Amino acid sequence: MAKVTQLIHNYLRHSKRFPHVFCPGCGHGIVLGSLIRSVHSLGLAKDDVVLVAGIGCSGRIPVYVDFNSVHTTHGRALTFATGIKMANPRLTVIVIMGDGDALSIGGNHLIHAARRNIGLAALVLNNHIYGMTGGQSSCTTPLGSYSTTTPFGQLEEEFDISRVAKVCGSSFVARTTVMQARHMDKMISTAITHPGFGMVEIISPCHTQFGRKNRFKTSVDMYRWLQKKSVSLDKFQELPPEKRKDAVVTGIFEQKDCIGLEEKHARMRRELRGET
Amino acid sequence: MSGKKGETRVKIFRDWCKGCGICVAFCPSQVMKLDNQGKARVVQDDECINCGFCEIHCPDFAIMVHPREELTPFEAYIEEVRPATREDLQKTRNNSTG
Ligand SMILES: Cc1ncc(C[n+]2csc(CCOP(=O)(O)OP(=O)(O)O)c2C)c(N)n1
Ligand code: SF4
Ligand code: SF4
Repeated sequence: MAKVTQLIHNYLRHSKRFPHVFCPGCGHGIVLGSLIRSVHSLGLAKDDVVLVAGIGCSGRIPVYVDFNSVHTTHGRALTFATGIKMANPRLTVIVIMGDGDALSIGGNHLIHAARRNIGLAALVLNNHIYGMTGGQSSCTTPLGSYSTTTPFGQLEEEFDISRVAKVCGSSFVARTTVMQARHMDKMISTAITHPGFGMVEIISPCHTQFGRKNRFKTSVDMYRWLQKKSVSLDKFQELPPEKRKDAVVTGIFEQKDCIGLEEKHARMRRELRGET
Repeated sequence: MSGKKGETRVKIFRDWCKGCGICVAFCPSQVMKLDNQGKARVVQDDECINCGFCEIHCPDFAIMVHPREELTPFEAYIEEVRPATREDLQKTRNNSTG
Protein backbone atom coordinates (compact mmCIF):
# COMPACT_ATOMS: atom_id res chain seq x y z
CA MET A 1 0.00 0.00 0.00
CA ALA A 2 2.98 2.17 0.05
CA LYS A 3 3.56 5.32 -1.93
CA VAL A 4 -0.06 6.25 -2.55
CA THR A 5 0.33 9.74 -1.17
CA GLN A 6 3.53 10.24 -3.16
CA LEU A 7 1.68 9.29 -6.32
CA ILE A 8 -1.06 11.78 -5.55
CA HIS A 9 1.48 14.57 -5.11
CA ASN A 10 2.63 13.99 -8.69
CA TYR A 11 -0.80 15.12 -9.87
CA LEU A 12 -1.55 18.01 -7.50
CA ARG A 13 -1.07 21.65 -8.43
CA HIS A 14 1.19 22.73 -5.63
CA SER A 15 0.82 26.35 -6.68
CA LYS A 16 -2.71 26.26 -5.22
CA ARG A 17 -3.14 26.81 -1.55
CA PHE A 18 -3.03 23.62 0.54
CA PRO A 19 -4.57 22.15 2.62
CA HIS A 20 -7.53 22.45 0.26
CA VAL A 21 -10.71 24.42 1.09
CA PHE A 22 -12.90 21.49 2.06
CA CYS A 23 -14.02 21.31 5.68
CA PRO A 24 -12.36 18.79 8.04
CA GLY A 25 -13.73 15.33 7.22
CA CYS A 26 -15.45 16.37 3.97
CA GLY A 27 -15.74 13.38 1.65
CA HIS A 28 -14.85 15.44 -1.43
CA GLY A 29 -11.13 15.18 -0.59
CA ILE A 30 -11.33 11.38 -0.61
CA VAL A 31 -12.99 11.51 -4.03
CA LEU A 32 -10.17 13.70 -5.34
CA GLY A 33 -7.62 11.10 -4.23
CA SER A 34 -9.63 8.28 -5.74
CA LEU A 35 -9.99 10.11 -9.04
CA ILE A 36 -6.23 10.62 -9.24
CA ARG A 37 -5.53 6.96 -8.46
CA SER A 38 -8.05 5.81 -11.07
CA VAL A 39 -6.61 7.98 -13.83
CA HIS A 40 -3.11 6.86 -12.87
CA SER A 41 -4.08 3.18 -12.93
CA LEU A 42 -5.39 3.60 -16.47
CA GLY A 43 -2.09 5.09 -17.59
CA LEU A 44 -3.66 8.19 -19.13
CA ALA A 45 -1.48 11.20 -19.88
CA LYS A 46 -2.36 14.35 -17.92
CA ASP A 47 -2.90 16.31 -21.12
CA ASP A 48 -5.46 13.83 -22.43
CA VAL A 49 -7.74 14.17 -19.43
CA VAL A 50 -10.28 16.99 -19.08
CA LEU A 51 -12.04 17.63 -15.79
CA VAL A 52 -15.23 19.63 -16.10
CA ALA A 53 -17.01 20.78 -12.97
CA GLY A 54 -19.97 22.95 -12.08
CA ILE A 55 -20.32 25.23 -9.07
CA GLY A 56 -20.42 24.03 -5.49
CA CYS A 57 -17.88 22.62 -3.06
CA SER A 58 -17.48 19.68 -5.44
CA GLY A 59 -16.67 22.16 -8.20
CA ARG A 60 -13.41 22.98 -6.43
CA ILE A 61 -11.95 19.55 -7.16
CA PRO A 62 -10.54 20.24 -10.68
CA VAL A 63 -8.73 23.31 -9.36
CA TYR A 64 -6.31 21.15 -7.41
CA VAL A 65 -5.29 18.62 -10.00
CA ASP A 66 -3.03 19.09 -12.97
CA PHE A 67 -5.33 17.93 -15.78
CA ASN A 68 -7.08 20.23 -18.26
CA SER A 69 -9.69 21.85 -16.04
CA VAL A 70 -12.90 23.67 -16.86
CA HIS A 71 -14.79 25.24 -13.98
CA THR A 72 -18.14 26.03 -15.54
CA THR A 73 -21.43 27.54 -14.38
CA HIS A 74 -23.83 25.96 -11.91
CA GLY A 75 -25.60 22.93 -13.35
CA ARG A 76 -24.13 23.24 -16.83
CA ALA A 77 -21.01 21.10 -16.54
CA LEU A 78 -22.48 18.36 -18.73
CA THR A 79 -23.23 20.79 -21.56
CA PHE A 80 -19.64 22.05 -21.69
CA ALA A 81 -18.40 18.46 -21.47
CA THR A 82 -20.68 17.40 -24.33
CA GLY A 83 -19.15 20.09 -26.52
CA ILE A 84 -15.61 19.12 -25.58
CA LYS A 85 -16.20 15.42 -26.23
CA MET A 86 -17.90 15.98 -29.60
CA ALA A 87 -15.19 18.38 -30.74
CA ASN A 88 -12.32 16.14 -29.70
CA PRO A 89 -13.41 12.55 -28.96
CA ARG A 90 -9.80 11.54 -28.29
CA LEU A 91 -9.93 13.29 -24.91
CA THR A 92 -11.06 11.54 -21.75
CA VAL A 93 -13.71 13.83 -20.31
CA ILE A 94 -14.67 13.48 -16.64
CA VAL A 95 -17.50 15.57 -15.20
CA ILE A 96 -17.69 16.32 -11.48
CA MET A 97 -20.96 17.55 -10.05
CA GLY A 98 -22.64 17.96 -6.70
CA ASP A 99 -26.12 16.61 -6.15
CA GLY A 100 -27.65 20.06 -6.51
CA ASP A 101 -25.51 20.71 -9.53
CA ALA A 102 -26.41 17.45 -11.27
CA LEU A 103 -30.06 17.02 -10.36
CA SER A 104 -31.61 20.23 -9.12
CA ILE A 105 -30.48 22.95 -11.51
CA GLY A 106 -28.78 20.59 -13.95
CA GLY A 107 -31.30 17.74 -13.92
CA ASN A 108 -32.39 18.44 -17.46
CA HIS A 109 -28.85 18.10 -18.76
CA LEU A 110 -28.24 14.88 -16.84
CA ILE A 111 -31.26 13.10 -18.26
CA HIS A 112 -30.38 14.14 -21.80
CA ALA A 113 -26.70 13.25 -21.51
CA ALA A 114 -27.82 9.82 -20.29
CA ARG A 115 -30.33 9.49 -23.13
CA ARG A 116 -27.74 10.48 -25.74
CA ASN A 117 -25.28 8.04 -24.23
CA ILE A 118 -22.32 10.27 -24.95
CA GLY A 119 -18.92 8.99 -23.82
CA LEU A 120 -18.46 10.97 -20.62
CA ALA A 121 -17.71 9.79 -17.11
CA ALA A 122 -19.99 11.70 -14.74
CA LEU A 123 -19.25 11.64 -11.02
CA VAL A 124 -22.12 12.88 -8.88
CA LEU A 125 -20.95 13.67 -5.36
CA ASN A 126 -24.10 13.21 -3.31
CA ASN A 127 -23.97 14.89 0.09
CA HIS A 128 -27.76 15.33 0.31
CA ILE A 129 -27.48 19.12 0.62
CA TYR A 130 -26.33 22.35 -1.00
CA GLY A 131 -22.98 22.53 0.75
CA MET A 132 -21.43 25.71 -0.54
CA THR A 133 -24.36 28.07 -0.20
CA GLY A 134 -25.26 27.28 3.39
CA GLY A 135 -27.06 23.99 3.67
CA GLN A 136 -30.34 24.50 1.79
CA SER A 137 -32.23 21.31 1.02
CA SER A 138 -31.63 19.77 -2.37
CA CYS A 139 -33.67 17.27 -4.36
CA THR A 140 -31.68 14.49 -2.67
CA THR A 141 -32.29 15.55 0.94
CA PRO A 142 -33.89 12.47 2.52
CA LEU A 143 -37.51 12.63 3.65
CA GLY A 144 -37.74 13.98 7.20
CA SER A 145 -34.20 15.27 7.51
CA TYR A 146 -33.34 18.82 8.51
CA SER A 147 -31.65 21.59 6.59
CA THR A 148 -31.59 25.40 6.56
CA THR A 149 -34.69 25.51 4.39
CA THR A 150 -36.46 22.56 6.01
CA PRO A 151 -36.08 23.37 9.73
CA PHE A 152 -38.99 21.08 10.67
CA GLY A 153 -38.06 18.23 8.38
CA GLN A 154 -38.11 17.63 4.64
CA LEU A 155 -41.59 16.90 3.28
CA GLU A 156 -40.58 15.95 -0.25
CA GLU A 157 -39.41 12.58 -1.46
CA GLU A 158 -35.80 12.44 -2.57
CA PHE A 159 -34.41 11.56 -5.97
CA ASP A 160 -32.58 8.26 -6.28
CA ILE A 161 -29.78 9.52 -8.55
CA SER A 162 -28.73 6.11 -9.83
CA ARG A 163 -32.30 5.16 -10.68
CA VAL A 164 -32.85 8.42 -12.54
CA ALA A 165 -29.70 7.85 -14.62
CA LYS A 166 -30.64 4.25 -15.31
CA VAL A 167 -34.17 4.91 -16.54
CA CYS A 168 -32.90 7.76 -18.69
CA GLY A 169 -30.73 5.33 -20.59
CA SER A 170 -27.25 5.69 -19.10
CA SER A 171 -25.30 2.60 -20.12
CA PHE A 172 -23.16 2.42 -16.98
CA VAL A 173 -24.58 3.27 -13.56
CA ALA A 174 -22.94 2.57 -10.22
CA ARG A 175 -23.15 3.78 -6.66
CA THR A 176 -20.28 3.82 -4.18
CA THR A 177 -19.36 5.64 -0.97
CA VAL A 178 -16.23 7.43 0.18
CA MET A 179 -15.93 4.89 3.00
CA GLN A 180 -14.96 2.24 0.42
CA ALA A 181 -12.15 4.00 -1.39
CA ARG A 182 -10.96 0.87 -3.21
CA HIS A 183 -14.44 0.15 -4.53
CA MET A 184 -14.70 3.81 -5.54
CA ASP A 185 -11.40 3.55 -7.47
CA LYS A 186 -12.77 0.58 -9.36
CA MET A 187 -16.10 2.23 -10.17
CA ILE A 188 -14.46 5.45 -11.36
CA SER A 189 -11.97 3.68 -13.60
CA THR A 190 -14.74 1.49 -15.06
CA ALA A 191 -16.82 4.57 -15.80
CA ILE A 192 -13.85 6.24 -17.49
CA THR A 193 -13.13 3.27 -19.75
CA HIS A 194 -16.83 2.63 -20.50
CA PRO A 195 -17.55 3.72 -24.09
CA GLY A 196 -20.95 5.38 -23.48
CA PHE A 197 -22.27 7.57 -20.67
CA GLY A 198 -20.99 6.33 -17.31
CA MET A 199 -22.46 7.73 -14.12
CA VAL A 200 -21.09 7.03 -10.67
CA GLU A 201 -23.01 8.29 -7.67
CA ILE A 202 -20.66 8.78 -4.75
CA ILE A 203 -22.10 9.23 -1.27
CA SER A 204 -19.85 11.85 0.33
CA PRO A 205 -20.65 13.14 3.83
CA CYS A 206 -20.98 16.87 4.52
CA HIS A 207 -20.86 17.30 8.26
CA THR A 208 -20.74 21.08 8.23
CA GLN A 209 -24.08 21.61 6.49
CA PHE A 210 -25.93 18.31 6.71
CA GLY A 211 -24.49 16.28 9.59
CA ARG A 212 -24.71 18.95 12.27
CA LYS A 213 -28.41 19.52 11.61
CA ASN A 214 -29.14 15.81 11.59
CA ARG A 215 -27.80 14.62 14.94
CA PHE A 216 -24.33 13.62 13.82
CA LYS A 217 -21.94 14.99 16.45
CA THR A 218 -18.79 14.68 14.35
CA SER A 219 -17.89 13.83 10.79
CA VAL A 220 -16.55 10.50 12.06
CA ASP A 221 -20.11 9.66 13.18
CA MET A 222 -21.25 10.16 9.59
CA TYR A 223 -18.57 7.79 8.32
CA ARG A 224 -19.55 5.20 10.94
CA TRP A 225 -23.16 5.54 9.86
CA LEU A 226 -22.16 5.17 6.22
CA GLN A 227 -20.13 2.07 7.01
CA LYS A 228 -23.08 0.53 8.88
CA LYS A 229 -25.71 1.38 6.28
CA SER A 230 -23.92 0.52 3.06
CA VAL A 231 -24.55 -2.93 1.59
CA SER A 232 -23.53 -4.37 -1.72
CA LEU A 233 -26.24 -5.08 -4.29
CA ASP A 234 -25.93 -8.87 -3.88
CA LYS A 235 -26.30 -8.71 -0.11
CA PHE A 236 -29.16 -6.24 -0.41
CA GLN A 237 -31.22 -8.67 -2.47
CA GLU A 238 -30.95 -11.26 0.30
CA LEU A 239 -32.04 -8.84 3.03
CA PRO A 240 -35.56 -9.14 4.49
CA PRO A 241 -37.79 -6.21 3.41
CA GLU A 242 -37.83 -4.53 6.84
CA LYS A 243 -34.04 -4.20 6.81
CA ARG A 244 -33.96 -2.78 3.31
CA LYS A 245 -35.28 0.57 4.45
CA ASP A 246 -32.62 3.29 4.45
CA ALA A 247 -29.83 0.97 3.35
CA VAL A 248 -27.24 2.56 1.06
CA VAL A 249 -26.95 0.06 -1.79
CA THR A 250 -23.60 0.06 -3.57
CA GLY A 251 -22.47 -1.64 -6.74
CA ILE A 252 -23.16 -1.63 -10.45
CA PHE A 253 -26.82 -1.17 -11.43
CA GLU A 254 -26.38 -1.06 -15.17
CA GLN A 255 -23.63 -2.02 -17.58
CA LYS A 256 -24.55 -2.34 -21.24
CA ASP A 257 -22.45 -2.95 -24.31
CA CYS A 258 -22.79 0.10 -26.48
CA ILE A 259 -21.02 2.69 -28.57
CA GLY A 260 -20.95 6.32 -27.53
CA LEU A 261 -22.59 9.15 -29.42
CA GLU A 262 -19.24 10.61 -30.51
CA GLU A 263 -18.27 7.26 -32.06
CA LYS A 264 -21.62 6.99 -33.89
CA HIS A 265 -21.07 10.49 -35.19
CA ALA A 266 -17.57 9.65 -36.41
CA ARG A 267 -18.87 6.56 -38.19
CA MET A 268 -21.63 8.52 -39.90
CA ARG A 269 -19.12 11.11 -41.04
CA ARG A 270 -16.85 8.48 -42.51
CA GLU A 271 -19.80 6.88 -44.27
CA LEU A 272 -21.05 10.14 -45.77
CA ARG A 273 -17.57 10.94 -47.01
CA GLY A 274 -17.36 7.50 -48.51
CA GLU A 275 -14.32 6.56 -46.45
CA THR A 276 -15.51 3.16 -45.28
CA MET B 1 -3.48 -6.02 1.26
CA SER B 2 -2.47 -6.16 4.91
CA GLY B 3 1.05 -7.17 5.76
CA LYS B 4 2.98 -7.88 8.92
CA LYS B 5 3.53 -5.57 11.83
CA GLY B 6 6.73 -3.58 11.82
CA GLU B 7 7.12 -3.27 8.05
CA THR B 8 6.04 0.33 7.88
CA ARG B 9 6.43 3.77 9.31
CA VAL B 10 3.45 6.10 9.41
CA LYS B 11 4.09 9.78 8.71
CA ILE B 12 1.62 12.60 9.21
CA PHE B 13 2.04 15.98 7.53
CA ARG B 14 0.76 18.14 10.30
CA ASP B 15 0.52 21.24 8.12
CA TRP B 16 -2.13 19.55 5.98
CA CYS B 17 -3.94 17.63 8.73
CA LYS B 18 -7.27 19.23 9.65
CA GLY B 19 -7.95 16.89 12.55
CA CYS B 20 -11.11 15.25 11.17
CA GLY B 21 -10.23 12.07 13.07
CA ILE B 22 -11.08 9.51 10.38
CA CYS B 23 -7.71 7.76 10.68
CA VAL B 24 -7.94 7.74 14.47
CA ALA B 25 -11.44 6.26 14.45
CA PHE B 26 -10.92 3.57 11.82
CA CYS B 27 -7.31 2.41 12.19
CA PRO B 28 -7.56 -1.26 13.22
CA SER B 29 -4.45 -0.94 15.41
CA GLN B 30 -5.00 2.47 17.01
CA VAL B 31 -1.75 3.79 15.57
CA MET B 32 -2.79 7.46 15.78
CA LYS B 33 -4.38 9.70 18.37
CA LEU B 34 -5.62 13.27 18.24
CA ASP B 35 -3.24 15.41 20.31
CA ASN B 36 -3.99 18.57 22.28
CA GLN B 37 -3.78 20.65 19.09
CA GLY B 38 -6.55 18.50 17.60
CA LYS B 39 -4.32 16.98 14.93
CA ALA B 40 -3.43 13.36 14.36
CA ARG B 41 -0.18 12.14 15.88
CA VAL B 42 1.40 8.71 15.53
CA VAL B 43 1.59 7.04 18.94
CA GLN B 44 2.41 3.42 18.18
CA ASP B 45 4.13 3.04 14.84
CA ASP B 46 5.05 -0.61 15.51
CA GLU B 47 1.43 -1.73 15.65
CA CYS B 48 0.65 -0.71 12.05
CA ILE B 49 -0.38 -3.72 9.95
CA ASN B 50 -0.05 -1.86 6.64
CA CYS B 51 -3.72 -2.22 5.75
CA GLY B 52 -3.55 1.07 3.88
CA PHE B 53 -6.90 2.35 5.08
CA CYS B 54 -5.67 5.65 6.47
CA GLU B 55 -3.63 6.57 3.42
CA ILE B 56 -6.51 6.30 0.94
CA HIS B 57 -9.22 7.64 3.25
CA CYS B 58 -7.42 10.75 4.47
CA PRO B 59 -9.31 13.58 2.70
CA ASP B 60 -6.25 15.84 2.95
CA PHE B 61 -3.44 13.54 1.74
CA ALA B 62 -1.78 14.10 5.10
CA ILE B 63 -0.78 10.49 5.84
CA MET B 64 1.95 8.41 4.32
CA VAL B 65 2.45 4.74 5.15
CA HIS B 66 6.00 4.07 4.12
CA PRO B 67 8.23 0.97 3.94
CA ARG B 68 10.35 0.98 7.06
CA GLU B 69 13.78 0.58 5.45
CA GLU B 70 13.30 3.25 2.81
CA LEU B 71 13.77 6.95 3.29
CA THR B 72 10.66 9.06 2.77
CA PRO B 73 10.99 11.58 -0.09
CA PHE B 74 11.47 14.35 2.45
CA GLU B 75 14.22 12.50 4.29
CA ALA B 76 15.89 11.66 1.01
CA TYR B 77 15.86 15.33 0.11
CA ILE B 78 17.28 16.35 3.47
CA GLU B 79 19.98 13.74 3.01
CA GLU B 80 20.89 15.34 -0.31
CA VAL B 81 21.17 18.87 1.03
CA ARG B 82 22.72 18.12 4.42
CA PRO B 83 25.27 20.70 5.54
CA ALA B 84 28.85 20.04 4.51
CA THR B 85 30.91 18.08 6.99
CA ARG B 86 34.59 18.63 7.85
CA GLU B 87 35.53 15.82 5.43
CA ASP B 88 33.52 17.41 2.61
CA LEU B 89 35.31 20.70 3.10
CA GLN B 90 38.64 18.93 3.20
CA LYS B 91 37.81 17.19 -0.04
CA THR B 92 36.80 20.36 -1.89
CA ARG B 93 39.91 22.14 -0.59
CA ASN B 94 42.12 19.28 -1.81
CA ASN B 95 40.37 19.26 -5.16
CA SER B 96 40.75 22.99 -5.73
CA THR B 97 44.46 23.00 -4.84
CA GLY B 98 45.19 19.75 -6.68
C1 LIG C 1 -27.19 29.79 -11.74
C2 LIG C 1 -26.81 29.70 -10.31
N1 LIG C 1 -27.77 29.49 -9.38
C3 LIG C 1 -27.45 29.38 -8.08
C4 LIG C 1 -26.15 29.48 -7.67
C5 LIG C 1 -25.81 29.38 -6.22
N2 LIG C 1 -25.19 28.12 -5.85
C6 LIG C 1 -23.87 27.97 -5.81
S1 LIG C 1 -23.37 26.46 -5.31
C7 LIG C 1 -24.98 25.95 -5.13
C8 LIG C 1 -25.35 24.57 -4.63
C9 LIG C 1 -24.24 23.60 -4.58
O1 LIG C 1 -24.70 22.40 -4.10
P1 LIG C 1 -24.23 21.02 -4.71
O2 LIG C 1 -24.30 21.09 -6.19
O3 LIG C 1 -25.00 19.94 -4.04
O4 LIG C 1 -22.68 20.93 -4.36
P2 LIG C 1 -21.96 20.81 -2.95
O5 LIG C 1 -21.58 22.21 -2.57
O6 LIG C 1 -22.91 20.20 -2.00
O7 LIG C 1 -20.77 19.96 -3.23
C10 LIG C 1 -25.85 26.99 -5.46
C11 LIG C 1 -27.34 26.88 -5.40
C12 LIG C 1 -25.15 29.71 -8.67
N3 LIG C 1 -23.85 29.80 -8.35
N4 LIG C 1 -25.52 29.82 -9.96
S1 SF4 D 1 -19.71 22.57 3.26
FE1 SF4 D 1 -19.95 20.36 3.17
S2 SF4 D 1 -19.51 19.79 1.03
FE2 SF4 D 1 -18.70 21.87 1.38
S3 SF4 D 1 -16.53 21.56 1.98
FE3 SF4 D 1 -17.74 21.68 3.86
S4 SF4 D 1 -18.22 19.53 4.35
FE4 SF4 D 1 -17.58 19.58 2.19
S1 SF4 E 1 -2.04 1.45 7.43
FE1 SF4 E 1 -2.95 3.14 8.59
S2 SF4 E 1 -5.00 2.41 9.21
FE2 SF4 E 1 -3.79 0.60 8.58
S3 SF4 E 1 -2.86 -0.17 10.50
FE3 SF4 E 1 -1.36 1.22 9.55
S4 SF4 E 1 -1.76 3.20 10.50
FE4 SF4 E 1 -3.57 1.93 10.91
